[in-house]
Amino acid sequence: MATLNQLVIGASIGAVLLLIALGLTFTFGQMGVINMAHGEFIMAGAYTAYLLQPLVGTQSVLVALPVAFAVAGVLGLILERLAIRHFYGRPLDTLLLTWGISLILQQVARDIFGAPNVQVRAPGWLTGGLDLGGVRLPYNRVFIMVLAVGCVVAIWLYLTRMRHGRRMRAVMQNRQLAAVSGVATERVDQLTFFIGSGLAGVAGVALTLIGPVGPTLGTNYIVDAFLVVVAGGLGQLRGAVIAAFALGILNSFVEFWVDNGASFAKVVVFAVIIAFLQLRPQGMFVVRTRALS
Amino acid sequence: MLTVQGLDVAYGRAQVLFGVDLVAPGGSLVCVMGRNGVGKTTLLKAIMGVLPVRAGRVSFAGEDITGLKTHERVRRGLGYVPPGHETFPQLTVAENLQVAAEAAGQVSQGAVDEALDLFPALPALLKRRAGFLSGGQQQQLAIARALVSRPKMLLLDEPTEGIQPSIILEIEEAVQRLHSELGLAILLVEQYLDLALRLADRFVILDAGEVVRAGDRSDLRDPSVHSLLSV
Repeated sequence: MATLNQLVIGASIGAVLLLIALGLTFTFGQMGVINMAHGEFIMAGAYTAYLLQPLVGTQSVLVALPVAFAVAGVLGLILERLAIRHFYGRPLDTLLLTWGISLILQQVARDIFGAPNVQVRAPGWLTGGLDLGGVRLPYNRVFIMVLAVGCVVAIWLYLTRMRHGRRMRAVMQNRQLAAVSGVATERVDQLTFFIGSGLAGVAGVALTLIGPVGPTLGTNYIVDAFLVVVAGGLGQLRGAVIAAFALGILNSFVEFWVDNGASFAKVVVFAVIIAFLQLRPQGMFVVRTRALS
Repeated sequence: MLTVQGLDVAYGRAQVLFGVDLVAPGGSLVCVMGRNGVGKTTLLKAIMGVLPVRAGRVSFAGEDITGLKTHERVRRGLGYVPPGHETFPQLTVAENLQVAAEAAGQVSQGAVDEALDLFPALPALLKRRAGFLSGGQQQQLAIARALVSRPKMLLLDEPTEGIQPSIILEIEEAVQRLHSELGLAILLVEQYLDLALRLADRFVILDAGEVVRAGDRSDLRDPSVHSLLSV
């Protein structure tokens, strides 16, 4: 029974990782940008929920989700316009640049909200849980999973059914051909940044349901999210889904089985991913066509 | 319709084009010829704004387009088929065409149908991913993709290079039809003299980044032309 409880916890962490990794995998797949400041969009989303709480009251989480999406999305857009776009095609410089911005944003949060963690109170219907013969399904964790699944389905529909999503896939697959087909690639880049950062903001709101909010909230998750991107295959929706849940669940089980397992779980997760990448350096899924051979 | 004046293009410090001039009147088929590496592809990329221009100007339909972005040039009526049968490999054939049609502003099923009409092999493949088509089919898709925006002028970069012979004929016929029946202006990069003799109204020969000969089709028969094209 404890095993199943652990599965629920792991899957909900996996769901959060997935929301974070989606943005990373799109910005990397489309623009070749490794965005180290992505974690700070999570933080921005979480603090958005914190600020909305006194204004909106007990149901603030529901309001916070769309608002955090917009806030984090606009932050991402500003970052792209002001800084990152001047560094396209220079991945190492982008890495340093976004890392620096990440530190700045953390300090800004520290100055505004203070260094100690703050709490966001979950609405009543998200506290407690459902008992199924000894297996406990905490409502907040179920909510997070539903949220992540909903976001993935929405993204999938966007990419496959909608005009702008189709355009985004075209730019991801062949930027120059998209431009000579009449696609305004810069606009598509901006939109990708907006959506990717917005999803990180949503992840931030989800994290307020299971823990405190602090200036380094994003840092705790960004490395794992990068692991999801690498293991899942760059720019691959399917790979990201599988890798995120596998990572979250593996992590939660090792933490449970070993005393003081938090650090040990990290070791195990890293070892597993290193071993996996030895077998499949390109990640779980890759684009394979005649065109690339 | 398309005028290129004194065009200089460079990749970093390596200059590739030196003061290239070119005129392609409306409805004409102009062939850009020359050996490998003389700057033919670079010229087309510069006209499309894919490569930045160091000096000179490009004007199209009476407007200076030298400073415009690539997608704005497409909106003005330039269509471009890059070398090497490029597609969006993970999109279906239908989606490949849709992306271009939607980007052109008006989503017109008529333009898509017209483009498909030109290549009878494509309609059966609409649901297939472009990356899994043969090279020849990909090239037909690439040309169709460039046509769905209803360009006033089509830039074709070696459309028959590395394509199986049966499809080369279909592509040649399609180019012929676009030019003579539909009156589309075409700028064609081509290495082979016999093909140029069959299709072109006018020609330009590049050598080491400069225009060394230009003239009408009849001038192509001059023996000195052969020496400029043979390796």
